[in-house]
Amino acid sequence: MISMTPRKHIPLSLTLLTPAVAIFLTLAVGVAIFGLLGFSPFDSLYTFFVAPISRPDQIGDLFVKACPLIITATGLVFCFRANVWNIGAEGQLIFGAIFSGWVALNFPDWPAMSLMPAMVLASIIGGICWAMIPALLKVRFNTNEILVSLMLTYVAALFIDWLVRGPWRDPMSFGFPLTKMYSDAGLIQRIDLPIVGTLGQLHWGVIGALLLAVAGGFVLSRTILGFQIKVMGDAPRAGQFAGFEPHLVTIGVMAIAGGAAGLAGMIEVSASMGQLQPNVSFGYGFTAIIVAFLARLNPIGVIFAGLIVALAELGGDYAQIALGMPKVVTGVFKGILLFMLLAGEIFNRYHITWRRPAVMPVSKGR
Amino acid sequence: MKIKTNFSFAAVATLALSALVALTAVTVANAADRVKVGFVYLTTPGDHGWTYAHEVARLDVEKHFGKKVETTFVENVPEGPDSARVIRELAKQGNDIIFTTSFGYMDHTIKVAKEFPNVKFEHITGYKRSPNVATGNIRFYEGRYVQGVVAGLMTKSNKIGYLASFPIPEVIQGINAFGIGLRSVNPKAEVSVIWVNSWYDPVKEADAAKVHIAEGADILAQHTDSPAMLQTAEKAGVHGFGQSSDMKAFAPKAQLFSSVNNWGPYYIAKIQQMMDGKWSTGDGPDHWAGNTWVGMADDYLVLSPFENMPEDVAKAAAQAAADIKSGKNKIFTGPIKDNSGTVRVPAGKTLNDGELFTTLDYYVEGIKGKIPG
Repeated sequence: MISMTPRKHIPLSLTLLTPAVAIFLTLAVGVAIFGLLGFSPFDSLYTFFVAPISRPDQIGDLFVKACPLIITATGLVFCFRANVWNIGAEGQLIFGAIFSGWVALNFPDWPAMSLMPAMVLASIIGGICWAMIPALLKVRFNTNEILVSLMLTYVAALFIDWLVRGPWRDPMSFGFPLTKMYSDAGLIQRIDLPIVGTLGQLHWGVIGALLLAVAGGFVLSRTILGFQIKVMGDAPRAGQFAGFEPHLVTIGVMAIAGGAAGLAGMIEVSASMGQLQPNVSFGYGFTAIIVAFLARLNPIGVIFAGLIVALAELGGDYAQIALGMPKVVTGVFKGILLFMLLAGEIFNRYHITWRRPAVMPVSKGR
Repeated sequence: MKIKTNFSFAAVATLALSALVALTAVTVANAADRVKVGFVYLTTPGDHGWTYAHEVARLDVEKHFGKKVETTFVENVPEGPDSARVIRELAKQGNDIIFTTSFGYMDHTIKVAKEFPNVKFEHITGYKRSPNVATGNIRFYEGRYVQGVVAGLMTKSNKIGYLASFPIPEVIQGINAFGIGLRSVNPKAEVSVIWVNSWYDPVKEADAAKVHIAEGADILAQHTDSPAMLQTAEKAGVHGFGQSSDMKAFAPKAQLFSSVNNWGPYYIAKIQQMMDGKWSTGDGPDHWAGNTWVGMADDYLVLSPFENMPEDVAKAAAQAAADIKSGKNKIFTGPIKDNSGTVRVPAGKTLNDGELFTTLDYYVEGIKGKIPG
């Protein structure tokens, strides 16, 4: 019989060992899969993990790919820490893109100094608005936020689809579903460093993402708000005795997650697309859930988790180009990587022992 | 849940990277004299539909040029910023000509092309060009006219069900060409359109097909990519048309014919141009459809054999196809009325290519409802 007892204290050695073992097992399974499919295992691993980040511009692109994941996951960490299961970040991200798009399309003549902050603000408001629907319904009617937020994702996706095919369509797009391009002031520029120049597509939004994650880490570990969130997540009754208002915490974390997701939507569109199109998010809102858990619900960890997930994505594309490896194989490998890392967490948090089922002693009456 | 703050992720990342940097891998050097051709696919090619047709063409390219070319494709590339990264990577890997095979790659192709002035880019179905970006497209609507003729002759209920994807010009052209073909042989038949809002969604396509059949449709047509509609038709004992590739295998009794996209000749011609140093974006008019917009006459659009229909219907279909090929029938020739009876194209006038993209904001006679959006 396997028995699992939660560890009171996780030793540092274990914290370092489990991910190392997880990575090793992933590589071992990867070698087996690639070998069985007739690819050279070491070439495959190299192509997957090293080749996609072997040039400075590729490292820039890695951060660009991770950017919406980091921002969205940082917000989600707050929700999940408070045991509020916001699965609808994808929809909130789309609404951030819509709100900021409205600003960018209606005030193209504003200078960047005012347009950019207005777009950022609008995107945060947009994401919050969309997140408030499941939040308020939960607080008022005790609805299930998992279902409501998830379903609203599809509503958001169809809404932006309707906008860009209908009222917001660029009349010069010959009927194709695209809005006008944003004016230059509405575009997030690439970072142009003095000596290095530009690094791939690395843009200022990435800096924002990193700052946001650090700020998130600070709020969660060093402020009353963060303390409240953690208490309400771990021991809601204790929180109530301490006078914390559970509804306010729910609304607060949903607002933080919605606002962050909205911001991610704005940055993604403004830095990488330059206009609204029927699809502005490619599952970032859902992938961010994995990122948040991979990071063990720690905003600083989100940065690394976001980069790892992004690298797996980039590696998958790269393996196709360099080795002709089918996308499904790379998908399987990516899945194994995430599975191993998350499964390793079990060994971290629980003490696992093998025990023989004890023979029940027969009680004898006196 | 109680989770200790820790920085093990830094450890994970560092370990993973350092372990792997240590691996040295020799990348195989490519013969320098080969022309490298890259393809970007929207989905996995599979065995039917849009991307499959491009994959068939890629194999045609390999067969035609043999060792003179080396092709690479990347599948499942979403129509967003990821596509720019993939296209850029293909260019950096030394591909000489890159085909981006879906409309949504348009702006990303243009953007990346600016960074690689020596690489040639071919965008499929877009309307934006630049000195090193050419566009190519097929007159898909020609096949749909022939479908309309067959549908008009075959239907007994005079109800035709049509599955549409998105209300963009290509799809509207297709619906209207179908309607014009239909009404050329059967003034009573009517088409109802269901918008599936997807290019590929077998479940939704099957559901939409069932709705059409339940409402009495006995012929189904589709501007979506999966064989689900035909499979549904096969089960229900009605008929339909396949799309992009020959779908006979999925519905041997139901398929009347498929309009098959044949990109091979286009790819081969453009690669040959490049090898000869004669590549250009084309001399064609600078309009939406691309410099190269050809159809049945050049075998870029091919109709699979006419089956499951009486001989006289097959003959009429062959005649309709021949008239389009010879240029006798331009399809969008007046008088064309919209479905409220208003004359939109006067007798004697034929819509030019530009007008096909900009003026078709209505359904022709015989199509029910109105265009969404």
